[in-house]
Amino acid sequence: MQDEDVVREFLVESHENLSRLDQELVELEKHPKDAELLASIFRTIHTIKGTCGFLAFSTLERIAHQAETLLSQLRDGRRDLSPSLVSLILDTVDATRKVLGSIEASGEEGADRFEELTERLSAAAQFTAGGEVQPVPGLAPAPAIEHSDCNGAAEHAGDKPRESDPSKSSAVADANIRVGVGLLDKLMDLVGELVLTRNQILQFNTEREDAALNVTSQRLNLITTELQEGVMKTRMQPIGTVWNKLPRVVRDTAVALGKQIRLEMDGTETELDRTIIEAIKDPLVHLVRNSCDHGIEAPEVRVRMGKPPQGRLTLRAYHEGGQVNIEIGDDGAGIDVAQVKQKAIEKGLLRPEQAEKLTDREALNMVFQPGFSTAKTVTNVSGRGVGLDVVKSHIEKIGGIVDVFSRPREGTTVKLKIPLTLAIIPGLVISSGGERFVIPQVSLLELIRLEGDSGEKHIERVHGTPVYRRRGTLLPIAYLNQVLGLESAERADVVSMVVLQAEDRQFGLVVDGINDTQEIVVKPLSKQLKGLTVYAGATIMGDGRVALILDVLGIGQCSGVLAEFREQARNAIEQKAQSRIEQQRLLLFRAGSFERLAVPLSLVARLEEFPQSSIEHAGGCQVVQYRNRILPLIPLRDVLESAAHSQDRPADPVQVIVFNDGDRSVGLVVDQILDVAEEEVTVRQKTGRMGLLGSAVVGKRVADFLDLNQVIRAAAGDWFQTAAGSANGQRILVAEASAFSRGLIRSGLDMVGYRVLEAANLEGALRILEQHPVDIVVTAVDLPPDGSSALLAAMRRRAEWQRIPILALVDSAEQARARAGQTADFQDCQVKFDREAMLASVARLASSLATVETAPACVGEER
Amino acid sequence: MVTDTITMRAGRTQASGQFSTFFVADLFFGVDVLRVQEVLRFQHMTRVPQAPDVIEGLINLRGQIVTAIDMRRRLQLPPRAGDQTPMNMVVRTEDGAVSLLVDEIGDVLDVDASTYERPPENLGPAARDLIRGVYKLKDRLLLVLDAERTVDLATGRAT
Repeated sequence: MQDEDVVREFLVESHENLSRLDQELVELEKHPKDAELLASIFRTIHTIKGTCGFLAFSTLERIAHQAETLLSQLRDGRRDLSPSLVSLILDTVDATRKVLGSIEASGEEGADRFEELTERLSAAAQFTAGGEVQPVPGLAPAPAIEHSDCNGAAEHAGDKPRESDPSKSSAVADANIRVGVGLLDKLMDLVGELVLTRNQILQFNTEREDAALNVTSQRLNLITTELQEGVMKTRMQPIGTVWNKLPRVVRDTAVALGKQIRLEMDGTETELDRTIIEAIKDPLVHLVRNSCDHGIEAPEVRVRMGKPPQGRLTLRAYHEGGQVNIEIGDDGAGIDVAQVKQKAIEKGLLRPEQAEKLTDREALNMVFQPGFSTAKTVTNVSGRGVGLDVVKSHIEKIGGIVDVFSRPREGTTVKLKIPLTLAIIPGLVISSGGERFVIPQVSLLELIRLEGDSGEKHIERVHGTPVYRRRGTLLPIAYLNQVLGLESAERADVVSMVVLQAEDRQFGLVVDGINDTQEIVVKPLSKQLKGLTVYAGATIMGDGRVALILDVLGIGQCSGVLAEFREQARNAIEQKAQSRIEQQRLLLFRAGSFERLAVPLSLVARLEEFPQSSIEHAGGCQVVQYRNRILPLIPLRDVLESAAHSQDRPADPVQVIVFNDGDRSVGLVVDQILDVAEEEVTVRQKTGRMGLLGSAVVGKRVADFLDLNQVIRAAAGDWFQTAAGSANGQRILVAEASAFSRGLIRSGLDMVGYRVLEAANLEGALRILEQHPVDIVVTAVDLPPDGSSALLAAMRRRAEWQRIPILALVDSAEQARARAGQTADFQDCQVKFDREAMLASVARLASSLATVETAPACVGEER
Repeated sequence: MVTDTITMRAGRTQASGQFSTFFVADLFFGVDVLRVQEVLRFQHMTRVPQAPDVIEGLINLRGQIVTAIDMRRRLQLPPRAGDQTPMNMVVRTEDGAVSLLVDEIGDVLDVDASTYERPPENLGPAARDLIRGVYKLKDRLLLVLDAERTVDLATGRAT
């Protein structure tokens, strides 16, 4: 397959070269002393020879080599050009063409060895060698004879189909004509106008009851559509036209850097609109250079890593859902997320605390930030003005999306998603604030209409942010009227919402009305309006009026839905495990403005009521005497809402949730205990808010999950610090896909005084192990991508990790039994939300660790 | 005339000598006649929310989408009376056609280059960058509008 591609490329290139040779040779005859022309001819023949050698077309290579010899003699001035010599070379060209034809037809060179021609060529070359400068008289008539001979030979070798005749390639050539790009663009513009006029006529038609007009406009409609498609096709070019120059780029880059790189191209025939081809040309070259330079390692490094010395660069292009995907992948070093973060902090793009919160994916995308470069040194290959940020902005300008995936030591893939064409796109017409707007269909996922008395009630709020529950997933919502500052038509009973996709995130956009879909002709906005990110352009509607085309990404960013809910969408992608539903018993309660807060019931020791009078103060904390001990109280409302309301506490018996932690307890003062729910917690969404883990749908309503650990620390940190010494700061790595579960596990461990590191998947876990000393690993058995046994295996392979004890967590006791075989290799196995058991197990492992450290000899027995 | 160099520069740019004239409030403006693509009655205008306030909207000029700039707002003049509909004067600029919304269209005038003068120094900031010069006609002053600067919204925004 790959070879075929190479051969095809070779054929195309050679045919071009040969046509040029014909011209140049004729030209050379007229100006025999033109050194430049001669050099060009020499180069062309040389290229053909070189490629033939590479592809093992020996006959061609031999012929080309001989012609090259002749030409080099000419070039060096060792002989003069004579017509017979030109004819001889032209014959060589013809012969080459014949062989190429045969290769094209059958993939082989054919039986003809062109011995006659070879002889003549070598004879001619010898003559000069013998000091003969003048053309030999005998040589002059030879071409004519040879020519017919040559044809004869081809016919003799006619057991191969006649297609191998040169006439075939010329037939292909005749079927094509060259058309100026300007003309095509003009045609496209005209078709655009026609489409608009058609739309107008169709609209006109709907307003009248005229059968004849109806029929005519239907025909017009059909023909216009076909014409449009046809003209669009004329502007389509295979992506190969851009890729053609990449082998050279790769080769040059590789040579310059002393690397070995093999370029593989897949999907060269994938077609794109000319304007898009133009637009992606430079970004592609840049990305390829970047992969060569920063991605693929030097051969010796690769060998050390156990990879073949030759790096592989893969280009893939394919159609998917009305878009073209282009992937530029390498099997190089990958992007070091930690290094990216480090760099971003150094460059002032991130604050250290932001960097910590960044997911790997977000961190990877940092490389597209302006002013960012992970390369330690600026080589002469990359860093020539265009950075990856420019690549991104170029791609986004044409409505494309850039994404980067990377695995350390395995390579990086940059994925471009690009629309097929820019000129005419299907769009959804909506109205808002009395104006019409068009939303490109590509970004559209679905339409939602909420009606009846509940209209607006379907939209809930998470801390002031509107969300809609779509099939159990929280969808952030933006109101178009608000984004654009339009006055809204108040109709709370019906809510029309379009669900949009921007990059990898989704959000709902509430509009006043949804009209219909139409093919629209995208026209750019004038310079005065270019700065508005909310519009992608404008179009002319059927009634001749102008409508603005919304830029979905811009709308999302402007309204803040994308920034705010980034985490949610990211999590959704990273954590496939999210779909796994967890059954939990939750205690629901209310505090301050938080109507529904939840903690897992497993963490709760008791629910108590204390009279106000029993509350005392000690060490700056509110405390009560409880079961012969001092129970510190944390007024939850004050922790969550930073403004102090400590004076207006009306409830006299104070509602307190008591949490036990080993032999220590703490009471959380809440406003009201609501309920205990046994629920499938389906949706998680992280919030950045202090004291909260995130929110989820509990009992059909959204509830915020309390980050117990954070709350207790914030409120009574001092009080606990003295007590928290029980575990002497051993480092525990918690590997679990769900951020929520991680949070819960962490809060348990944190409180006892372990230092917890978190990882969402195998890769993250290994990275942490590499970068930090870890004492104990706690992992979910279903750790992505392949379960915890992969982590176990990976850890057992590395000498320094072999000793680290691993605790496996399963979702339920049944699962523990079911997975008995899989979990046998772990030091221990516990149920995920059985906090006490987990802590006990960790403590056991920690203490055994201490023994191991003092007596390394018993490690073997340990396992 | 303040200095010779300025006169020369101004003289060179005013080569055509013919101006399409129009009124904005009580000001009488002229644009080089070769720049004017066409003059239209008030067209249906599509508002552009979030756009700078000088942009009145977009009009469909035979399939071409043209941005309309309200000259009153551009020159920071009081708004038109409610019943007065503006006229579109479509001018060609480096960035394509732009429509200038003006109160009234005047004649095309031949002007005598010798009556040209630089705008007065004490011209307000909104107008200073947009008015290139003044022709002293018999009965009134013709202000020469710099179309390129007018459509470049970054110009003259100092308040």
